[in-house]
Amino acid sequence: MNCRSIVKELSNYLDEALDSTLKDSIEKHLEHCDDCRVVVDTTKKTIQIYCNSEPAPLPEDTKLRLREALVKHLRRVRA
Amino acid sequence: MGTRFIIQKTERTVTHRGASLSFLATKRQVVASNQEEFLRRIADRVSCATLSRREILLMSTSKANPLPARPLPSQVVKDDEPILVAAAKAGDISAFETLVGRYERKIFRLAQNITQNKEDAEDVMQEAFLKAYEHLGEFQGNSRFYTWLVRIAVNQALMKLRKRRPNQVSLDEEVDTGEELMPREVEDWGPSPEERYKQAELGGILSGTIAELDPSFRIVFQLRDIEEMSTEETAEALGLSIPAVKSRLLRARLKLRQKLNRYFRRGENS
Repeated sequence: MNCRSIVKELSNYLDEALDSTLKDSIEKHLEHCDDCRVVVDTTKKTIQIYCNSEPAPLPEDTKLRLREALVKHLRRVRA
Repeated sequence: MGTRFIIQKTERTVTHRGASLSFLATKRQVVASNQEEFLRRIADRVSCATLSRREILLMSTSKANPLPARPLPSQVVKDDEPILVAAAKAGDISAFETLVGRYERKIFRLAQNITQNKEDAEDVMQEAFLKAYEHLGEFQGNSRFYTWLVRIAVNQALMKLRKRRPNQVSLDEEVDTGEELMPREVEDWGPSPEERYKQAELGGILSGTIAELDPSFRIVFQLRDIEEMSTEETAEALGLSIPAVKSRLLRARLKLRQKLNRYFRRGENS
């Protein structure tokens, strides 16, 4: 297992979609390769930061227009 | 336990996870009264977030498994989603409005990340919710309601994007960036690098960074890593093969990592 193979399998490794043999060889490589370990850690962190980020509150005018569109639609359905 | 209906002449009961919820009216009456109520509240600009659950939960008959206390908005779990969807399907407008309130921010962010345009994102969000309401009867419950909603929003967003930039957006073509996958900058970020920034500032960094990606990368990343859809769901939603999704996801993750490096590496803004 070399650094290029680690990058190629990076997504599968982070998604835990590898068989145990391949996973073990990646982890063995990570034990002695600081660069790959940093790439794995920072890529994992990238995913976590995006996944955990809260969406910003909707602007009030956007919210109001959404409500108005719903009301209009419901009136049409009811008519 | 799944969601089950017992329809009687004047009563509709939804059973979910041991809790039974009954509507003491016919379906037609529920629709009519809730529409009136909904329109009246909107006219008064009163938030119905606190009223909607009370309206749905007219009667809880299970003593063995009482419903939990209503959580704070930030702690909203998805367990009651099937109940809300079932109620909305039965004609309860306020239940649908609760779903809108719960997901409007996420759908708007999704639309903005795909279209990269505020007006388009607003249109997409409106169209997605209206379409979801219109086709609610077709929702079979094979996936989460939110996943179904995301798929509707993605379709609307892609239509907008293609209309605006017809020659630039093709998701199914093989993307050959000619770039080497091997990371160029390898610097540790240290623990919790995101805590160095205020919430709004971090939001700006994340949206600005994802905007720099090619649409076919950023949409796959959005669905897989932000909306947490599976590879198969993403492939199906975008009409891509599974290897194509995996390849775009890997490139998107590596590119974002590299772009975020300038904000999160050790010593930066610390």
